[in-house]
Amino acid sequence: MAARRPGERSLLVPLLLPTWAMIGVFMVLPVGVMALYSFLTREFRGGVDWTFSLSAYDQFFFDRGLFGDEAPRLQWAYISIFWRSIWQAVIATVLCLLVGFPTAWFIATRPARSRGVWLFLITVPYWVNLLIRTVSLRFLLRDTGPLNQGLMSLGLVDAPLPVVNTNLAVQLGLFYSYLPFMVLPIYAAVERYNFALSEAAADLYASRWTTLREIVLPLVKPGIVAGCLLVFVPSLGAFLAPDLLGGAKTFMIGSLIDEQIKGSQGNWPFGAAVAVILMTLVLIALVAYARSVTRERSA
Amino acid sequence: MKAAIELRQVVKRYGATTALHGVTLEIGDNEFFTLLGPSGCGKTTLLRMIAGFEDVTEGQILLFGEDISGREPNRRPVNTVFQQYALFPHMSVIDNVAFGLKMKGMDLASRRQRAGRMLEMVHLLAFADRLPSQLSGGQQQRVALARALAPEPKVLLLDEPLSALDLKLRQAMRVELKQLQEETGITFVFVTHDQEEALTMSDRIAVMSAGRVQQVGPPREIYEAPVNRFVADFIGETNLLEVEVEAVEGGMARVVLPGGHRIACPAAAGTAGRHHLSIRPERLAIASQGGEIEATVERVVYLGTDLQIITRLDGGAAFDVRLQNSARVAVPAPGTRVGLHLEEGAARLLAD
Ligand SMILES: Nc1ncnc2c1ncn2[C@@H]1O[C@H](COP(=O)(O)OP(=O)(O)OP(=O)(O)O)[C@@H](O)[C@H]1O
Ligand SMILES: [Mg+2]
Repeated sequence: MAARRPGERSLLVPLLLPTWAMIGVFMVLPVGVMALYSFLTREFRGGVDWTFSLSAYDQFFFDRGLFGDEAPRLQWAYISIFWRSIWQAVIATVLCLLVGFPTAWFIATRPARSRGVWLFLITVPYWVNLLIRTVSLRFLLRDTGPLNQGLMSLGLVDAPLPVVNTNLAVQLGLFYSYLPFMVLPIYAAVERYNFALSEAAADLYASRWTTLREIVLPLVKPGIVAGCLLVFVPSLGAFLAPDLLGGAKTFMIGSLIDEQIKGSQGNWPFGAAVAVILMTLVLIALVAYARSVTRERSA
Repeated sequence: MKAAIELRQVVKRYGATTALHGVTLEIGDNEFFTLLGPSGCGKTTLLRMIAGFEDVTEGQILLFGEDISGREPNRRPVNTVFQQYALFPHMSVIDNVAFGLKMKGMDLASRRQRAGRMLEMVHLLAFADRLPSQLSGGQQQRVALARALAPEPKVLLLDEPLSALDLKLRQAMRVELKQLQEETGITFVFVTHDQEEALTMSDRIAVMSAGRVQQVGPPREIYEAPVNRFVADFIGETNLLEVEVEAVEGGMARVVLPGGHRIACPAAAGTAGRHHLSIRPERLAIASQGGEIEATVERVVYLGTDLQIITRLDGGAAFDVRLQNSARVAVPAPGTRVGLHLEEGAARLLAD
């Protein structure tokens, strides 16, 4: 690390002020408001009543029966939505990884001149609004869409494959929405990878598989982890793909929050509580991962 | 001499460019063999073909009599010390050294023991648990060496392993490398563009230029009996003069220098016409008069151990003389006329 020059310290504070202001106004403040709202009382037709209440969390975790005087029982309705969302996001992340890693590898091993073109091509679809892309995907996948019509005219299937309104459709939607977030960090890691190391491994009798496992993957792992986080976290809270491609059966956290904040039957404190729980889960997972990495390093 | 490596008419083409034009070489078992040549002459290409990183366009590569031309690098009993070391940055020094042993299926205890011994040999046992990034360039270089030697290859390939080191360390490593080669008895194929390195370490040298082998032989022969103008010029310093062969009698030719002086030098019968003559500057003595050649001193350059006397022959050609810097030597002043006396064998007539 470069040594600090005299005078640099006094400059540091004014230079960092805009960053701190940005983080404060656009991150800390909204999250704080959200956390605060989750502990307030519901006001009908949206909004909150400024009295402290734990009812939002109570509603999420417990079922008190119709009259609210039974002993609290854990209720599964919302937890299972969480569980389904996590599962959907995991599958989308795995799909992105399976497709994104070879893609990133391919681009990073092209001659330096053509890499820019390939990266450009990857980002082209993302110039179109996410909503429009997701709706288009629905058109592609529906019974009368090109996918099913094509399969039927080829005689591969007799009846249209029911893709729309299934978990698969949501997974495909998430995969399609977030693929570049997997490709770009892995590309950056592979591009930095020194291919002489692969030659050195082969020289020392390692097969291609072993070289991938023992040399390449550990060294590009930061890119893979970054890509997985960038796909997993937004997938978890996504609501466009589940709304437009899935049906009632594929209800996910994002849709739940959306409904609570925007819907006519909305419940702001409850929506905020769901968001807080989601954020806490993600933070716990990240901290656990970071700790396991530092432990691995010091071991 | 049993051949460890045999190259037969090896050609390498990259699209339209030809990097190697039919190289034929035999490298003996237990030999310290050096590929020497200027940048871009194809040394690395040749080494990488032996290691298996590059396909052979034409020809054959034999390892102990067996054709290995199409074999994958991980199936060749050959290890490489890479120019930039290529140590695995996420593994400790000892894991780097043990990697090849692990790949060969050796169990953990034995490979750690052997890797430890290799590190001891390169004086780095104390650094076993560090990461490569925590070592100096010279230390990394020795780890690369230990890593390549650990699996006991039959042949060790070294691509300019000393070029990133400073002069002192380079000189020390030359001695260490040579010693290591003698102790282990492994065939070393060493690539360098530094002629001093090649002359001090090698059993034999192949001088390469533009994808062709120009001459193969022990250092003394390469230096003292260069076969052509390229070798004479590339190895050491020399005075190259265009001369006219007058007559050849009994293995000695009488040649006319540009200034009209006549000297004698060894030549094959039937040599005639214009040729190049190489005269090593340190094989000359300066006298105030007499000598086969006369010249005028232009400048004296102080080189520490030596003095370089730049003179001009009567015909106008520049001509260098090297004198050892000693109190006994009389240094001629610029402008004086001197006579140059050739030691026996100082002048060599070149084939082209
Ligand atoms: N992958 C490649 N594609 C095209 N040409 C190549 C390739 N690799 C090497 N060459 C060419 O082959 C020739 C020999 O290259 P090589 O790397 O073997 O030289 P070298 O003798 O090792 O030089 P140096 O001392 O600079 O390392 C050069 O002219 C080079 O431009
Ligand atoms: Mg080279």
